[in-house]
Amino acid sequence: MPTANKDQIEERMTEALVSFGAERDQVKREADWESLDVDSLDLVELAQIVEEEYGVKMREEDMKQLKTVGDAVDFVAERADS
Amino acid sequence: MGDLDSDGRPDGCALVTGASRGIGAAIARGLAEDGWAVGVNYRSDSDGAEEVVRKLEEGGGHALALQADVSDPNAADALFPPLEERFGPVLVLVNNAGMRADGLAPQMEDEAWEKVLETNLSAPFRLTRRALKGMMKARFGRIVNIASIVGQKANPGQANYAASKAGLIAFSSTVAAEVARRSVTVNAVAPGLVETELTEGIGDEILRAVPARRTGTPEEVAACVRFLASEEASYVNGTTLTVDGGLTA
Repeated sequence: MPTANKDQIEERMTEALVSFGAERDQVKREADWESLDVDSLDLVELAQIVEEEYGVKMREEDMKQLKTVGDAVDFVAERADS
Repeated sequence: MGDLDSDGRPDGCALVTGASRGIGAAIARGLAEDGWAVGVNYRSDSDGAEEVVRKLEEGGGHALALQADVSDPNAADALFPPLEERFGPVLVLVNNAGMRADGLAPQMEDEAWEKVLETNLSAPFRLTRRALKGMMKARFGRIVNIASIVGQKANPGQANYAASKAGLIAFSSTVAAEVARRSVTVNAVAPGLVETELTEGIGDEILRAVPARRTGTPEEVAACVRFLASEEASYVNGTTLTVDGGLTA
């Protein structure tokens, strides 16, 4: 699985969230899912992308702890490096 | 998102479980006529599956026979990778494989209950879960679950079968509501008495209960599946299409 730095992960997640319908200029590290109108199905698909591209499994219980874009980026960055 | 073919739908293929004969084989033929490359799943009838594949290829289609017992929790691993490698993502999934183990409930063994539920309900769940990955990514998908009128109307001696088919109908409508916004549809088809090896030699008395006074054909069931799998059915989601000659009307 390719390694990726935090900026690359954030860029890929932003791209995914925009494809789900979020406004690009609203996607910031501190933005929470609700403010981006990201729903549970979007998060399932985000988890699928993360698993396929970074080999990081985001389980349902993990997702519940991740409230913002920054939380998710940090979660993936920590595990993608390990 | 995948490439679009000349019909405007993404490139990919169809998978039909239990497709070596009967209704499943008719569905495989129909989908191939509609331009889909088709995975022809079988459990034990390899000759039947190879014959289906041969005929599809003779007709200019593309097909692949795939052995797997769908009740095996790992069946998806045997079915999806070979198809995805050869034809692209599975964008049409028809959960047709099913089994019966009839008996009155007071005497039904746990094994008869579990085997039927595992094959008719748990297997479609697992294959649907796997198929949705590619379908959501492609923003296109058609899942058709072959249920039965027994899932809607009592038929003594089939408590396990009825429960599995009623469950499949509820499963279909629920998943449809979950994934509709990714342009994925999930519907059920509920056949009544259909002319297959299972209904050979059924008496006139049973047929008198059917307003059409005859059994249906596998092709008549396949026609419903072809419609639900088509572009034209893009706004039909979470429904059950009954194909029974009026038996439950």
